[in-house]
Amino acid sequence: MSEVSRRDFIKVTTGIVGGIIGAAIGLPAVYYLIDPALRAGAKEAWIPIGKLENMEIGKPYPFSFTRVQVNGWERTSTSRGGFVVRNSEDPDDLFVLNSTCTHLACTVNWSENDQVFLCPCHDAKFSPQGEVLSGPPPRPLDRFTEFRITDEGALEIFYKEG
Amino acid sequence: MWKKVFDWLDERLGLNDIYKNLLDRPEPKGNWWNTLGSASLFLFILQGVTGIFLTVYYTPSPDHAYDSIQYIMEGVAYGWLIRGIHHWGASLMVIIVFIHLLRVFVTASYKYPREMTWLIGVGLLLATLGMGFTGYLLPWNQRAYWATTVGTQIAGAVPFMGDFILKALRGGPDLSALTLQRFFAAHIWILPAALTGLVGVHLYLIIKHGESHFPTRED
Ligand code: HEM
Ligand code: FES
Repeated sequence: MSEVSRRDFIKVTTGIVGGIIGAAIGLPAVYYLIDPALRAGAKEAWIPIGKLENMEIGKPYPFSFTRVQVNGWERTSTSRGGFVVRNSEDPDDLFVLNSTCTHLACTVNWSENDQVFLCPCHDAKFSPQGEVLSGPPPRPLDRFTEFRITDEGALEIFYKEG
Repeated sequence: MWKKVFDWLDERLGLNDIYKNLLDRPEPKGNWWNTLGSASLFLFILQGVTGIFLTVYYTPSPDHAYDSIQYIMEGVAYGWLIRGIHHWGASLMVIIVFIHLLRVFVTASYKYPREMTWLIGVGLLLATLGMGFTGYLLPWNQRAYWATTVGTQIAGAVPFMGDFILKALRGGPDLSALTLQRFFAAHIWILPAALTGLVGVHLYLIIKHGESHFPTRED
């Protein structure tokens, strides 16, 4: 075995110890920075809307709900809403529109007189099915595609954040 | 290959000269007391790095300061570690800087031609104490709030100017959002900038004058 000089020994040990210390500090530091990105999973829930028997057939039934989101040390609540449109007596024969305008996210209202959804922000009109009739929105109103009817006859929709 | 790259860089940057002048300096015979200045510098850098990491989540507002620190401690991976290092490093830095000053005093290293190094060192100690004082308020808990109330009150006891000093420190007659914000600004911008400048001159002078020898019986 060849002799290792004192100087080289110091160099190598300093390098190794330095590397270990660097990793012991560097890795936690990286985790610390990216932690929120690792956590933010999409939140989902079944949201109760109301009794099916209260929803008139052919007339959009408005609803709204609030979601609370905790971001670090701050909570934000956001309101969401939509309309249930029943086509027939068949409990499953319905669709649920999201009332958030597909243009710039204002909330659309149902106009009973004109039988359209009106967006107050840039005067868009949507048909009762959610198709764009006029105005700037690029696509029809979104739908909550997953819903279920409970044993008590209440409608629930599946909501997923993001 | 590496030698070529190094030579190319050295020719343009003068790396070898930098190494010779900065690190390969003659030192008086090894003595652990002489490492305290470097230890102070290391702690300053450590505080700087952990402090920058803390600002990723810390919020200097009365509504959120306390919660954001709670979040660092319980919500973020290794937040307790980063804050712990910053918290204990702060006390350690004050202690180390002070012992460094004592060693310079005991070995009489403040004499000609090093008077300016000493004076700048006093500035460094004051700025370090200022870091501790301003940092202590940032968690915005009861202890922080009352410590700052008392601390600014003491500064307010100065004759004639006292009232003005108190208001300037607090940003008004009482502790408020303005106090927290200006302490934060002092803690992360003003004092670190001052410290960095002072450290630069301090080190320049040490390289210029070399380190003093220990006084012997004859001195
Ligand atoms: C140079 C860059 C620095 C930056 C960017 C920085 C930043 C911060 C931040 C954001 C906080 C609030 C989080 C907390 O309270 O734990 C803090 C706290 C604190 N800092 Fe610094 N800091 C620096 C250097 C220093 C230095 C040199 C000292 C030392 C003497 C110091 C002493 C303190 C103290 C005592 C606290 C309160 C710790 C606590 O009670 O939790 N800081 N700093
Ligand atoms: S946001 Fe609805 S039309 Fe612009």
